[in-house]
Amino acid sequence: MANEGLAVYIHWPWCLAKCPYCAFTSFATPPDEDLWREACQTELAFYAARISARRVGSVYIGGGTPSMMNPATLERLLATIARFWPMESDVEITLEANPATVDAAHFQAFRDAGVKRLSLGIQALREDALRFLGRIHGVKEARQAIEAAVRIFPRLSLDLIYARPGQTPEAWTDEVREALAMGAQHLSLYQLTVDPRTAFATRVRHDGACLEAAPEDSARLFETTQEILREAGFPAYEVSNHARPGEESRHNRAVWRYQDYLGIGPAAHGRLRDGGVRFATENPGRPDVWAERVAAYGHGAVRRQALTREEAQREARLMGLRLVEGLNADRWRRLFNEDLDQSLDSPRVDRLVREGLAVKDAQGFRTTPAGLQRLEAILRYLERGQG
Amino acid sequence: MESLESLRNFAIVAHIDHGKSTLADRLIERCGALEAREMRSQVLDSMDIERERGITIKAQTVRLRYLAKDGKTYVLNLMDTPGHVDFAYEVSRSLAACEGSLLVVDSTQGVEAQTLANAYQAIDAGHTLVPLLNKIDLPASEPDRIRQQIEDVVGLDASDAVLISAKTGIGIEDVLEAIVTRLPAPQGQADAPLKALLVDSWYDAYLGVVVLVRVVDGVLRKGMKVRFMGTASTHEADRVGVFTPKKVEVDELGPGEIGFLTAGIKHISATRVGDTVTEERRPASAPLAGFKPSVPVVFCSLFPTDAGAFERLRDSLGKLALNDASFQFEAETSAALGFGFRCGFLGLLHLEIVQERLEREFNLDLVTTAPSVIYRVHRVDGSILTLHNPADMPNPSTITTIEEPWIKATILTPDTYLGDILALCSERRGVQIELTYVGQRALVIYYLPLNEVVFDFYDRLKSVSRGYASFDYVFADYREGDLVPLNILVNDEPVDALACIVHREQADRRGRALCERLKELIPRHLFKIPIQAALGGRIIARETIPALRKDVTAKCYGGDISRKRKLLDKQKEGKKRMRQFGDVEIPQSAFVAVLKTDREK
Repeated sequence: MANEGLAVYIHWPWCLAKCPYCAFTSFATPPDEDLWREACQTELAFYAARISARRVGSVYIGGGTPSMMNPATLERLLATIARFWPMESDVEITLEANPATVDAAHFQAFRDAGVKRLSLGIQALREDALRFLGRIHGVKEARQAIEAAVRIFPRLSLDLIYARPGQTPEAWTDEVREALAMGAQHLSLYQLTVDPRTAFATRVRHDGACLEAAPEDSARLFETTQEILREAGFPAYEVSNHARPGEESRHNRAVWRYQDYLGIGPAAHGRLRDGGVRFATENPGRPDVWAERVAAYGHGAVRRQALTREEAQREARLMGLRLVEGLNADRWRRLFNEDLDQSLDSPRVDRLVREGLAVKDAQGFRTTPAGLQRLEAILRYLERGQG
Repeated sequence: MESLESLRNFAIVAHIDHGKSTLADRLIERCGALEAREMRSQVLDSMDIERERGITIKAQTVRLRYLAKDGKTYVLNLMDTPGHVDFAYEVSRSLAACEGSLLVVDSTQGVEAQTLANAYQAIDAGHTLVPLLNKIDLPASEPDRIRQQIEDVVGLDASDAVLISAKTGIGIEDVLEAIVTRLPAPQGQADAPLKALLVDSWYDAYLGVVVLVRVVDGVLRKGMKVRFMGTASTHEADRVGVFTPKKVEVDELGPGEIGFLTAGIKHISATRVGDTVTEERRPASAPLAGFKPSVPVVFCSLFPTDAGAFERLRDSLGKLALNDASFQFEAETSAALGFGFRCGFLGLLHLEIVQERLEREFNLDLVTTAPSVIYRVHRVDGSILTLHNPADMPNPSTITTIEEPWIKATILTPDTYLGDILALCSERRGVQIELTYVGQRALVIYYLPLNEVVFDFYDRLKSVSRGYASFDYVFADYREGDLVPLNILVNDEPVDALACIVHREQADRRGRALCERLKELIPRHLFKIPIQAALGGRIIARETIPALRKDVTAKCYGGDISRKRKLLDKQKEGKKRMRQFGDVEIPQSAFVAVLKTDREK
């Protein structure tokens, strides 16, 4: 556990088409792949000069639809990272992929470039749902992509969206069981939420469409999901993430544990410790703006903000409590040089424990399953106790 | 100075919406008091709120010149008066300044509760009344039936009622002739010492306090040293004038004339309505009868939603009080709502208007507590406590009896709705005094506890009669009642802003209704929240708000942290709009909403 390797996130900001539910930064314009790669390499060099003597524990290429890129581009980027930092022997290298943009040969090329883990955004295994979600692939393509990925990559994760309009617990149970049987080691199961920055939000505003599940339905679907996945040997390790034990996303878990991560590429965010102070970096979303800044300053960050101790601890709490393991006392001490107890409002923690929503022991502080599904209310309750 | 013979002072009285202000507009237009470009609808309703709601709040006056058919020119002083019961006091002042009234009745609607109340007030003031049947241009107009109704219900000879349409101008000439021929001229002695009735006063940003007077005897001259007999203060009348409705300065006002004076007075509290104005050098021997001061009867507390707006609220209340002597306020602290003001009003409409003006003209966001009345609490030690805030209720063991104000209510309704209205009145502890049928309509007179009326009586009356019943009331007396303080506990803590005083028999119903409403209004929390209604230590109603079942964001990755952290910061900010009771947050809007309706399920 003392082995806390650097997590590197690289953002690819293009998609073939925008999905109406997605709030991640992406543009449905032709990629300028070489410019993007060169700027990413420049940014990596910039941070390498500041963060040396660290091993890289994970690389995550997200987006957008990074499976659109030429595998050779990815190979060059990974080579750049390896030139600046030693990679841990079991380094996790994840690529996000859209079933519409790949075939088996393409998958094999990514695998040869060094990708060890594929995160495949299938979103649904029902045609009507895929149409509703604005996906450019069908169920058949999704299944073919999964079969190829299982064959080619050592590790596979599938993304699905549930609590869709009109979806019954029974229908979802069938669908998620199909997904479980397809050979992936990891499932990310997200309830559909309408983010204000998306096309779905516009629909809700204009036609008064009701796209999110009613609170009671949402709760029932969430509870059902937890149960099915636990029984199938895929317990939740985070609110929406399930894995066979040992198959958790190392990269994302590092982020939830509030360890250092580098944000490379348009719209990428990072958290880096430098001389005892934690900095938040934030890159601009537009690829051209980002690339110009990288050309001018060596990095794209429009903001490099030193977080106060309180801000950093609040972030660590709100991220850490998303994990089933919760906040670990030893790790907290290493992060902040302070006891976990000091950063928690103890009467409120006691009340949460009494109500069966949380557990507090020598290992640390974490939610129970009942607490996890009420996490936002718990966070509001705890944060108010912070004065 | 005008000769008495050529003067006519008159008021227009009517039920709301029967066309009083429109008639005033037509008279002003006909007598050429304003250029066409200056005419706008409802000239005399100068506040935005008056024009928008179509009601008159402040009495207004205007001087008109009319060349009559007899070849003589008359000076007509028109007083436009408020129609609503809350402003009955303003009506009585206006009536005291005139000799006659035009009683406007909508010929499509007929006599309503305020027609009756205002007509009786005018008769009590010794006025000669001329009935006018308005809106005769409408197909639904039934002048013969309404004429009969005026005779039956009001008891006034309506055989020579004038048929008009204030909107189209039909009959306006006849109205003017009726004013001149049927209303009496004022009387008075020009050479007697000055005696003028202080009818109204208001604050004008340029002139200071403007005082509206009706001269009874003597002459008021510009530059004269005048004395206000009641407040025993002396001022120099630096301006004397009339409204046409523009302010026009004149040198003097003689007996029977209505006009204004300014005297460098800074605050309206220095001018008492009903006071007698006389000349310092040659004072009148005795003052005029005057009026009873207006007394607030309905109280509620106003709190700024944003605690930082407290000073602004204080200033705004002060500015409103400048022009509204009947409005009272004093600072108050509530455990639930923080710093605010306890305010007194003439009635519910007055309350609503003040609240609306504060929100609109002064841009304040307010939380209003339940309206309450003044209770007289007789204590064991023989003292009497005047209680206008339920939160100040003393320990029950120190109380012998509690008295509450009762009103005499007049309700006119199509007889179809009579059954429901009688049921409503008896549910509200009403005592029936009279029930008369007039054609298809019923006239009901009830004694009702004011406490039961301020809660939601208007709303319920409107809903059971589909808006057809009209309502008016006067204060009757104080009566002893079996009254008890009802407390509301949220999460086992009493919430002072929700405390109220109720009749013992109503306590269960009210307690249950409040708990049920709060259950709907308070959002679910992390933990379940008990809501209880208590009489003393006894719980009479209980509801539980269940705990939240799920509240968690689906996605939160590296790029979401900053936004998420800021969201939590913002939620801390949002606390301003929430009130904290232990672990429970009650949205401020709940305090208002819970008291708005006492819905029957």
